[in-house]
Amino acid sequence: MHFTLRVWRQKNAQDTGHFEIYDIDGVSPDASFLEMLDVLNEKLIKQGREPVAFDHDCREGICGSCGMFINGRAHGPLRNITTCRLYMRHFRDGETITIEPFRAKSFPVIKDLVVDRSALDKIVQAGGYISVNTGSSPDANSIPVPKPAADLAFTYAACIGCGACVAACKNASAMLFTAAKVAHFAMLPQGQPERRQRVKRMVAQMDKEGFGHCTNTGACAVECPAKIPLTAIAQLQRDFIWANLSPDPHAASSS
Amino acid sequence: MSEILTAPSPTITAPLTWSEGNLIETSRCPSGDLEKRWTRHKDNLRLVAPHNKRKLDIIVVGAGLAGASAAASLGELGYRVKVFVYHNSPRRAHSIAAQGGINAAKNYRNDGDSIWRLFYDTIKGGDFRARESNVYRLAEVSVKIIDHCVAQGIPFAREYGGYLDTRSFGGAQLMRTFYARGQTGQQLLLGAYNALQRQVAAGTVQVFYNYEVLDIVVEEGRAKGIIVRNLITGEIQRVAAHATVLATGGYGNAYFLSTNARLSNATATWRAHRRGAYFANPSFVQIHPTCIPQSGDYQSKLTLMSESLRNDGRVWVPRTPGDKRRPQGIPESERWYYLEEWYPSFGNLVPRDIASRAAKRVCDMGYGVGPTGRAVYLDFSDAIQRLGREVIYQRYGNLFEMYEEITGESPWETPMRIYPAVHYTMGGLWVDYNLMTNIEGLYAVGEANFSDHGANRLGASALMQGLADGYFILPYTIGDYLATQLFVKPSTDTTAFAQAEKETQQRIEKLLQTKGTRTVDELHRELGKILWDHCGLARNAKDLAEAYNAIKLLKERFWREVAVPGTGSEFNQNLEKALRVADFLELGELMIIDAYHREESCGCHLREEYQTEEGEALRDDKKFAYVAAWQWNGENQSPTLHQEPLQFEFVKPTVRSYK
Ligand SMILES: Cc1cc2nc3c(=O)[nH]c(=O)nc-3n(C[C@H](O)[C@H](O)[C@H](O)COP(=O)(O)OP(=O)(O)OC[C@H]3O[C@@H](n4cnc5c(N)ncnc54)[C@H](O)[C@@H]3O)c2cc1C
Ligand code: SF4
Ligand code: FES
Repeated sequence: MHFTLRVWRQKNAQDTGHFEIYDIDGVSPDASFLEMLDVLNEKLIKQGREPVAFDHDCREGICGSCGMFINGRAHGPLRNITTCRLYMRHFRDGETITIEPFRAKSFPVIKDLVVDRSALDKIVQAGGYISVNTGSSPDANSIPVPKPAADLAFTYAACIGCGACVAACKNASAMLFTAAKVAHFAMLPQGQPERRQRVKRMVAQMDKEGFGHCTNTGACAVECPAKIPLTAIAQLQRDFIWANLSPDPHAASSS
Repeated sequence: MSEILTAPSPTITAPLTWSEGNLIETSRCPSGDLEKRWTRHKDNLRLVAPHNKRKLDIIVVGAGLAGASAAASLGELGYRVKVFVYHNSPRRAHSIAAQGGINAAKNYRNDGDSIWRLFYDTIKGGDFRARESNVYRLAEVSVKIIDHCVAQGIPFAREYGGYLDTRSFGGAQLMRTFYARGQTGQQLLLGAYNALQRQVAAGTVQVFYNYEVLDIVVEEGRAKGIIVRNLITGEIQRVAAHATVLATGGYGNAYFLSTNARLSNATATWRAHRRGAYFANPSFVQIHPTCIPQSGDYQSKLTLMSESLRNDGRVWVPRTPGDKRRPQGIPESERWYYLEEWYPSFGNLVPRDIASRAAKRVCDMGYGVGPTGRAVYLDFSDAIQRLGREVIYQRYGNLFEMYEEITGESPWETPMRIYPAVHYTMGGLWVDYNLMTNIEGLYAVGEANFSDHGANRLGASALMQGLADGYFILPYTIGDYLATQLFVKPSTDTTAFAQAEKETQQRIEKLLQTKGTRTVDELHRELGKILWDHCGLARNAKDLAEAYNAIKLLKERFWREVAVPGTGSEFNQNLEKALRVADFLELGELMIIDAYHREESCGCHLREEYQTEEGEALRDDKKFAYVAAWQWNGENQSPTLHQEPLQFEFVKPTVRSYK
């Protein structure tokens, strides 16, 4: 297959950046999108030119490292799939493919297609955990969890932290990411003691990191490779209102 | 590609030699009753008081299961922890990709499981090349791992009654594997990552992401800290601490193609080795039987299809070699279920090494399927009929999707095609019972050490080991050393630090100055081919000797021909790669020496000269019941072999039979 690639090149965070055009030939339809970029980079190195920087690691859709804006969509033309799981057979022969980094104020560009997504870690630091110390846990089967709740918790816990939800959102909101974590713990008995403060703190941190507000467009869920459903956001919104309106028995003792 | 494959001239022979060192007698393993060893050992370890913990600095390199669980637990204890990862977030470690599950001797099924049985299965699975004390401790703490992970909110699979579900895995006749759909590693890692982030918020742990450790600083036999490169700015920095923990994962990527994440590498452990840490059993590499076969030269990695699939999938090839019919069209009587035939009691669930070699054997005999003839079928049609689509979807849905995406074929309609691929490295830094290397104050946990899996790892036990090391072992044992370091003030202002920093800078300069014509990936592929062909599924003395030569030549060419664009003072992914491959080349050489020296077959290490008529491994317990711990003696010097004898007081090494 043959493609014309329009690739965003930006030397570093300070550089303004621009598109460059590359032609690439003889691409196997069974090559993955990242393997196609590997082939391009090998060619560029041989020509003494700078290869294109991009993030990747597992190349099977689970580490959340990869992530680019391809033809105007986060993770490319297919729904609910990471960039590394795109294959060239998903593109038309001869097509021009535009490749850009995820664009959001909270995701500054490091180089070319690589962005800094550490703002997502900060949201987790604000409360995306259950406060249990190693060594203090009761027997695993001492608290049964109804299977439907456990299954739903898993559905929410599957988020890979790629940031596509942010990139896909016109407000650059990290709502789906934050909601996935909040909803995961909300489903489980172990998540209850910190439920109110968790949602309040994580939402506050999300705002602090400069992510936009959620206006329920649903664009995030279309691209989310972990298929986090929009019900996560509904859950967060319910919990958020509840946490702010009703007194928190746990907070009472500490304040 | 063709020029790459020209064989190096076999006339330039470097002798494959090593020198014999001492017997290792300091593994710190306790004696006495097996069941009481760990408890007694813990009771005898020195303690550090809480107010002193706050004054002690620990470096943890890596935030996979082992590193994140260790760092979080050490932070909870009150130590000052600094975590370094080359990833842009600790959540991206390779552990995230583990699919199948985690073992624990919970006996929730009432099927007769026990700590003893998990211990026995693991030590037998490792073909009697691991320490009894360590493996027993692993089985013992496995129970607490599940408790802790459930308390963290990890959404394990459950049954309708609300209790935890388990399944069986290769090498065991019990159902002791806990899982979270096909994403167990992800869920366990996120649990540890969340715990780590909690400590970051609490101020006990600092995480330095986008930092690669390029050297370990050792002074007078003690670890003093590390040299790191800030991957964004290229700046080289020194970091000192009272103790350093390497949780940097395995080295399967030496083979270029493997199931490991693309960035996984051996630099931290290899650099520690060059600074004096022994590297144990480097040739013990696990080749996983169920991977998607390679499809082209551009291929960047191999994708694992979880071993759990062998629970319900049946492995077969057509009885007629070269049968080109569609698999669905081949009648039952013309299918050869070779695993079920050769190993009736374990069937499709034989351990990985056995399943991998069996696949190679049938393909060598001409029965292989697919365009290259290097694949066998893994068929779910029986299971779908027996259990229904819904159940199979619940168990393997995401794996089926992944397979279809990569190959364009649906396992619902046609059997999967699978072939073995490099997956896991049992070898690693030598550690004592406290998980400390022979360098005082330098620890290795998780896949980075060699400790628990002998010559072959059973499925679902790497996650168990990583978390056992990080949550329940290191937090105790590290105190024993730190208690002696209370009055030491870590300083980066020493000649050892200056020297290590200078050498790192020189290494980088040299790579950038070479300005050759070959890309790092091209040269890495060459290394991978040498290792796969000669130090892969089957090995022999002649091929190994040739491979040793070939790697020497390749190494020399690497430093003449490599092209690394850009500079050292910027984000430069090719420089990162080049540094890692330079270390893989040296490690590859040691892997070959180790494979050559071990004149027996055991676990994953099959020496063609030492096998039964049926092609099963022939162990030599008289000569080789030891851990091979290698010492670095310098550039172009042959290494020294130190043997740690393995004593079996509680189990009797038997011929490992899964018939
Ligand atoms: C596809 C796949 C599936 C698997 N499935 C299972 C399973 O079902 N059950 C099971 O038990 N095991 C499984 N395994 C094995 C298991 O996942 C690994 O052995 C285990 O996760 C290793 O964990 P770790 O913490 O030791 O290292 P890793 O998870 O590899 O983490 C290494 C860490 O070290 C850091 N690092 C490394 N070098 C440096 C450096 N020089 N500088 C800075 N940072 C560095 C990295 O950033 C990373 O954080 C699987 C493995 C693969 C490949
Ligand atoms: S919610 Fe989905 S899109 Fe957003 S970070 Fe998680 S996996 Fe990525
Ligand atoms: S590279 Fe890991 S999700 Fe794409």
